[in-house]
Amino acid sequence: MAVTRRARSSGFGLGIAMILPAVLYVLLLVGVPFGMAFFYAFSDARIGSGGDHFVGFDNFASILDSPSFRTALKNSFIFTIASQLLVLVGSTALALALKDKFRGRGLVRFLIMLPWVAPISLGAIAWKWILDSIYSVINWVLIAVHLVKPFDKPMWLGTPKLAMISVIVVHTWRLLPFSTVIILAGLTALPRDIPEAAAVDGAGFWRTLFEITLPMLRPILNVAMLFGIVFTFTDMIVVYVMTAGGPYDSTQVLPSLAFFTGIQGSDLAAGAAISIFLVPLLVIVAYFMLRVAHRAEVT
Amino acid sequence: MAARRRGRDRARLARLGRWAIIALFTTFLAFPFYWMLITIFKQNSDLYATENNPFLFNASPTIENLRLLVFETGFVRWLGNTALVGVLVVAITLALALPAAYSLARLTGKWGERLGILIFLTYLVPPTLLFIPLSRIVALLGLQDSIWALVVVYPSFTIPFSIWLLMGFFKSIPRELEDAAMVDGLSRFGAFVKLVVPMSTSGILTVVIFTFTLVTQEFVYALTFISPEAHQMLGVGVPTFLILGDVYFWGSLMGGCLIASVPIALVYNLFLDRFIAGFTVGAVK
Amino acid sequence: MAIVETRAVTKVFKAGTLGAVNDVDLVTEDGEFLVFLGPSGSGKTTLLRMIAGLEVPTSGDVLIGGEVVNDLSPRERRIAMVFQSYALYPHLTVYKNIAFPLRAQRVPKDQHRKKVEWAAGLLGIGALLDRKPRELSGGERQRVAVARAIVREPSVFLLDEPLSNLDAKLRASARAELEQFHRRVGTTTIYVTHDQVEAMAMGDRIVVLNQGVVRQIGTPKQVYDDPADTFVATFLGSPPMNLIDTGEVIVGFRPEHLVPAALAPSAALKFNLKIHNVEYLGSEWIVYGVPEGDRAGDKIVISRVPSIDLKIGTNHEFAVAEPHLRLFDKATEKRAPARPVSWP
Repeated sequence: MAVTRRARSSGFGLGIAMILPAVLYVLLLVGVPFGMAFFYAFSDARIGSGGDHFVGFDNFASILDSPSFRTALKNSFIFTIASQLLVLVGSTALALALKDKFRGRGLVRFLIMLPWVAPISLGAIAWKWILDSIYSVINWVLIAVHLVKPFDKPMWLGTPKLAMISVIVVHTWRLLPFSTVIILAGLTALPRDIPEAAAVDGAGFWRTLFEITLPMLRPILNVAMLFGIVFTFTDMIVVYVMTAGGPYDSTQVLPSLAFFTGIQGSDLAAGAAISIFLVPLLVIVAYFMLRVAHRAEVT
Repeated sequence: MAARRRGRDRARLARLGRWAIIALFTTFLAFPFYWMLITIFKQNSDLYATENNPFLFNASPTIENLRLLVFETGFVRWLGNTALVGVLVVAITLALALPAAYSLARLTGKWGERLGILIFLTYLVPPTLLFIPLSRIVALLGLQDSIWALVVVYPSFTIPFSIWLLMGFFKSIPRELEDAAMVDGLSRFGAFVKLVVPMSTSGILTVVIFTFTLVTQEFVYALTFISPEAHQMLGVGVPTFLILGDVYFWGSLMGGCLIASVPIALVYNLFLDRFIAGFTVGAVK
Repeated sequence: MAIVETRAVTKVFKAGTLGAVNDVDLVTEDGEFLVFLGPSGSGKTTLLRMIAGLEVPTSGDVLIGGEVVNDLSPRERRIAMVFQSYALYPHLTVYKNIAFPLRAQRVPKDQHRKKVEWAAGLLGIGALLDRKPRELSGGERQRVAVARAIVREPSVFLLDEPLSNLDAKLRASARAELEQFHRRVGTTTIYVTHDQVEAMAMGDRIVVLNQGVVRQIGTPKQVYDDPADTFVATFLGSPPMNLIDTGEVIVGFRPEHLVPAALAPSAALKFNLKIHNVEYLGSEWIVYGVPEGDRAGDKIVISRVPSIDLKIGTNHEFAVAEPHLRLFDKATEKRAPARPVSWP
C-alpha cells in the first residue's frame, strides 16, 4: 500500500516537472504577449517611445471611425467565408475522387500538397507573377482563346473586385490540400460496410453521399473548417505579398491593417487595438473546437 | 440487357468524372510550381516580350537567373539563416516537448486532458495578434534584427504542435513495457529516457520534420523582428529583397521560390501519413 | 419470393491464385432457409456478397427470380442484407435507420410510419424507435438491422453471420427468434455462418463450403448422417467424427456411436481402447483413448456416452455397429460405398 502511494505521488510530481518547462515557455511567449496586446490597445504605445499611458477607449474609438478599419473588418469576413466555402466543396470532391487507389496516386498526392507545404509567402509571390498586370499567363491564355480582348485584359491585382477574387482564390489554393488530406483520412476511417448497406438499401450515389457519408464525416469536417477559418481570418501574408492591401484598401484585412498601422506606421497601440478584433472570432472557434472534442469523447 | 448497358455507362461516366476532378484540381494546385520552373530558365528578353507564347522557350533556356540568385543576392545567406534557426528551434522544441508529451500521455490523468486541450488552444492564438507585443519584448531583450529573436519565439508555436503529435504517439506505446522496466529497477524517468525515447524514433523524426517546415513557413515574426537583409530568413527574404524598387527580378524570384519549396515538400510528403494520424487522433480523439 | 441461383460462379481476387469462390452451382428453393456453412476463408461470405451485388463474379452467373443479375447493382436486385457488424447508420435514430430503405426506394412518405412500425413490431423493438444505435445493446442493434432489412419486404434475405457478435447466452435466444421470424415471414433466406450448431438448428438445407468449393448441399440430416467427404464429416458434429486410416480405406464413426462393446452386440468394429482422458460434462462423458494395435497408430479417438466408470490408463473394449460406419476413399477423401472392413 505504502509503496504504491509513494509511487503514485512521486509520479505526479515527476509529471508536473516534466511538463512545467514547456508550459512555462509557451505561457510566457503566448500568454504574456496576449495580455500585453490588450494593454497596448488601451495605451498610447509607439515604436521607440518609452512611456505608455492609459488612454481608455480612445484607440478603439478612432479605429472604429476609420473607413480603412471598417473595410478591413468587412473584407476579413468576406475572404474567410468565401474561401472556406470553396475549400469545403472542393476538398470534399477531391477527397472523394482520391479515396480509391489508382496508379499515380502517390504522385498526385505530392502535387496537391505543394501549396500547403511551400511557404505561403513564396506561393503568393508566384501567384503575383501569374496574375501580373502585363505578363500574366492567365491573361495570355484568355486572349489566345479570344475570351478577352488584348487592350481589355483584366487587371487581376489592380482592380478592387478582381483583386478580392484573386486573394480569395489564393487562400483557397493554399487551404485545399490541408482540408483534402483531413477529409481523406476521415473517409478512409469510415467503416466499409455502411456505404454497402446503403447500396443494398437502394441508395444511389448522391443520396449515400449527402445522407450517409457527409453526415458521418461531420466531426472531421468541422475540425478542418474551424482550422481553415482561423488560418484565413488571421492571415496577413497573402494580402501583404500580393496587394499590400490595395488597391485603395479593397483587399485590406484586419491582420494586414494591424501590421501596416502598428509596425510600418509605428503606432503600436492602434495596431494592437486592431488585432484585438481577431479575438472574438478565436474565442468562438475555440468554443466550437472544444464542443467537437467533447462530443467525440462521449461517443 | 438494358440494365447491363445502363450500369456500364454509369460506371464509365463516374470514372470520367473522377478523372476530371483529379485533373482539374491537380492542375490548379500544382500549376504555380510548374510556372516557377519554366520562368527560372527563361531569358529576360523572352520573359518580358508580351507577344511571345509564355509556354514555350522562344529563346534558349538559360541558367543566368539561377546564377544571379545564388551569387548576387542574399539567397544563400537566407538559406543558411533558415537552416540554423531550424536546427536550433528543433533542438529546443524536442527538449521541451518530449517530456511534456510523455507526461501528458502517461502521468497526469484528468488534469492531463485539460492541460492538453489548453496547449492545443494556444496553437489557435495567431502571430498576427502577438507580433506587436512580441516586437517590444524582442527589442527589450536586445534581440532586434537578430535571428536569435526567432530562435526564442518560434518554439512558442512549435512546442504545442509537437506535444500534440507526440502525445498521440506515446499513447500508442503500451504502458506494460514501462511497468516491466520499472519492476526491473528503472525509475519512471529512467524508463522514459532509456526505453520510451529510443522506441519513438519515428515519432521524433516526424516532429523534427514538421517543426522544421513550420520554421521555414513562418513569415510574420521574421518580417517584424528582422530588417537587415543579411539576417533575414528565406520566406521573407525572397519576396522582399529580390525586388529593386519597382523592378521584380521574376526569373530569380521564381528560382528562390522553387528551391525553397520543393525539397521541403518532398520530405514533408514522406511523413504525411504520420501527421494525419496524429492530427485525427489528437483532434477527433 | 424468389429463387436464387448461381451457375459456375467463380471469384478470383489475385490472378494466378486459387479463387475465393470456385465454380459454385446452387439453387435455392422458394421460401427456404439456406445456410452457407464453412470455416473462415471458405468463400461463404464472398459468395453471399456476389449474390448481393457487392462483388462482381470473375466468371459464372448469378440469377435472382430467373433473371441474370450480374450487371445489376445491389440496389436494383431488390434484396436485403444484414451485415455481420449490422452497419447501422450511427447518426440516424432507429426509426430513421429502418425508414432509410423506404426513402431510398422513394416509397411515399405517408406510408413510412406504418411500415416501420410493422417491421419494428415483428422484431419487438417498437419502444426503441427514438434511440440512436450507440445507445442500444448488441442484441437490440441486431434486431434493428433485421428490421431495416425486412421493411422493404424483399424477395431474398441475406444474412452474414448476424449472431457472431453476440455473447453466447444471447446467441441462443436470438437464434430462436430468427427461426421464429423466418417461419412467420417466409422469405427466401440465405444465412452465412461458421457455426455448425447454428447451421444444423436453423437450416432447411446446408451448403458446406471449404476453400471456395462446395463440398455438399443437403438437409441437416443428410450432411450429418451422410457426409459426402471427410471435410463435411469432421466439420459437422462436435466432437468431430473419428477418422481412422486402415490402409485400404478411411473408416469413420461418430463419437456417439463408439460405445462400450457390451452395448453393441452386432458390432462390425471392435477394439480395445487405452483410456487417455475422461471428461465429465454433466449430461455425458467424453472419453479419449488410443485403439490397440498398430493400424491406428497413435490416433486418439473420441467417444461420448451417457455414463461410464473408467479410469485413465486402463483398457476397455469399445465397438461400433455396422450401420454407423462411414467409409471414405483414401485418395479423394470422398465417400466410398459400404463394404466389410478388416481391423487387426
